Amino acid sequence: MKKGEIVLGCLAPHPPHLVYAENPPQNEAFSEGGWETLRWGYAKLARKLKTIDYDAIVIFTPHWQTYIGTHFLGLPGFKSKSVDPVFPNLFRYNYDLKVDVELAEAMHEETAKAGIITKMMRNPDFRVDYGTITSCHLLNPDWDKPIVTISSNRNSHYYSNEVMIEQAKALGEACMKAIEKSGKKVVLVSSHSLSHRHFVTEAPLPEDMSREHIYNHSQYVWDMKIIEMFREGKMQEVVDIMPEYTEQTIAETEAGGLIWMMAAMGVPSYPAEIYGYQSVIGTGNCIACWDPNTNTRELVL
Amino acid sequence: MSEDSPILFGLYVPPHPQPLLSPDANKGYSNLRSAFETCRKRIEESDADLILVYSTTWPSVVGHQIQALKESIWTHVDDDFHYLGSMPYNFSIDDEFAHEYCAAAEKRGLHARTVEYEGFPIDTGSVVALSLLNPDNRIPACIVSSNMYSNRSETIVLGKSARDALITQGKKAVIVVVSSLSNRMFTEHIDPVDDRIHSPKDNEWNEKILQFFADGRLEDLSQLSREIHGQIRVQKVVAYKPAWWLAATMGQHNNYEGEVLAYEALHGSGGAVIQLTPSTGSFGDKEFDEDDVEYYQGDRNVLNKGDF
Repeated sequence: MKKGEIVLGCLAPHPPHLVYAENPPQNEAFSEGGWETLRWGYAKLARKLKTIDYDAIVIFTPHWQTYIGTHFLGLPGFKSKSVDPVFPNLFRYNYDLKVDVELAEAMHEETAKAGIITKMMRNPDFRVDYGTITSCHLLNPDWDKPIVTISSNRNSHYYSNEVMIEQAKALGEACMKAIEKSGKKVVLVSSHSLSHRHFVTEAPLPEDMSREHIYNHSQYVWDMKIIEMFREGKMQEVVDIMPEYTEQTIAETEAGGLIWMMAAMGVPSYPAEIYGYQSVIGTGNCIACWDPNTNTRELVL
Repeated sequence: MSEDSPILFGLYVPPHPQPLLSPDANKGYSNLRSAFETCRKRIEESDADLILVYSTTWPSVVGHQIQALKESIWTHVDDDFHYLGSMPYNFSIDDEFAHEYCAAAEKRGLHARTVEYEGFPIDTGSVVALSLLNPDNRIPACIVSSNMYSNRSETIVLGKSARDALITQGKKAVIVVVSSLSNRMFTEHIDPVDDRIHSPKDNEWNEKILQFFADGRLEDLSQLSREIHGQIRVQKVVAYKPAWWLAATMGQHNNYEGEVLAYEALHGSGGAVIQLTPSTGSFGDKEFDEDDVEYYQGDRNVLNKGDF
């Protein structure tokens, strides 16, 4: 069997506002648009994905928070309604998704071998988190590929950002081993914002773009610094600076997704493709991808 | 009960699903379940018009959210303990109170909103509490979120707003705070029979907190919240807020009858079922036995309530 591989790694933020702004038939709420910079960036990345041959999307989500190890979705399908607990006015999405259970189990097995506490989630009533749904919908609105969702073990809360990084690295390396053994071509998705301080009030019309801006300038400067390093392919430096960045900007990188993806991809030293940056209710959001194929890698923005 | 309180009594209960889903897996879980059942009976025997829940496992970002869907029906599964089973629920929500509470919070300067959406994910703690304390929906309920950024003043005002709304509607309530004491769980899967409090330090702090509760020293606990947060709370949010909300809602003093019905480990965290009932005795010898001053009338008024 041919060795499996990661064909793309995507940083895919999941503000539910973006799905709300798109008005897909699956979402009950209706909007007049908004956050175009991110939505158009997502559309471009989704078009790129259509040109790539892959078998499954593996997504690491901060909104399935587990404190007892790392969990994997472990049933072939999930169908239900996802209502965002924070923005229920924006996101009430009816989903029907398929899971690559074989790949999930392989990752679970390799993760356990690496000494990480792990568990398969096989309760059919389980509701898939809105982070998974938002990122996957925006990257692949046709939902024509199976997914694997990985929970985020909250090591930052229990220990420190440094411990989170070490465990996320080990998880990424274990997942890579499982992918290689599977023979499959996989797209990795790290679903999160960069800086993550929210406004605690909302405009009467949430999509009123005259009200949208970054929470504070410090967050913006940090986000730009990180994105500059993305562009320059300095991902080892990003990994090194991550504890400080996460602490200074309350970044959603605290969940470990970016480190997990970088570790699985061997910490790329080539430039990322940048598809957009914009704030959503004060948080900083960047869409980016790392394309290991030099023939298809491009300068986007 | 003191003559002017709309609160019949307050309960402090843990959020973990074991007492609901696997009470027989461990003697401690069973003790907690029995304590929940005692509280259920006491609620049934009370004149409560409403059960009001403040849940630390319902974090909000945009202000304070208040559940207002009259019939809240779903099947909930916990993120960590999904293997213990599903939690179907069908809660009767007092939507009129929810709207009153929201209005009262806004009047006091808070950003608040009601949520009325089919399928809204009611959190594990609220589902456990209402399923065990009010299984037949005998009394309508309401649930309020815990804003992840809010600190003391905001939480105190949120509690006072609850009281305002109860007084405006003339309702008598049992209020329920859903929270662990120490909240550090084991980070690996354990055999339930081996469950224990994560560390002796957590246990000692829990015991001290329980001593305060047993003595009815709610305001003292409220004043200690930041110390408690630093000592035995995993830093997921900015502060340990349950005692602030409980004190602001019930009354910021130490004049309560306290009863600890159970204290047990829940996957390492401290889970307790506690009842606090407003009283006219037990007053005058505590650290913060001072008035909750609303208007300045000269130097502080001390000990003008209760018998001492």
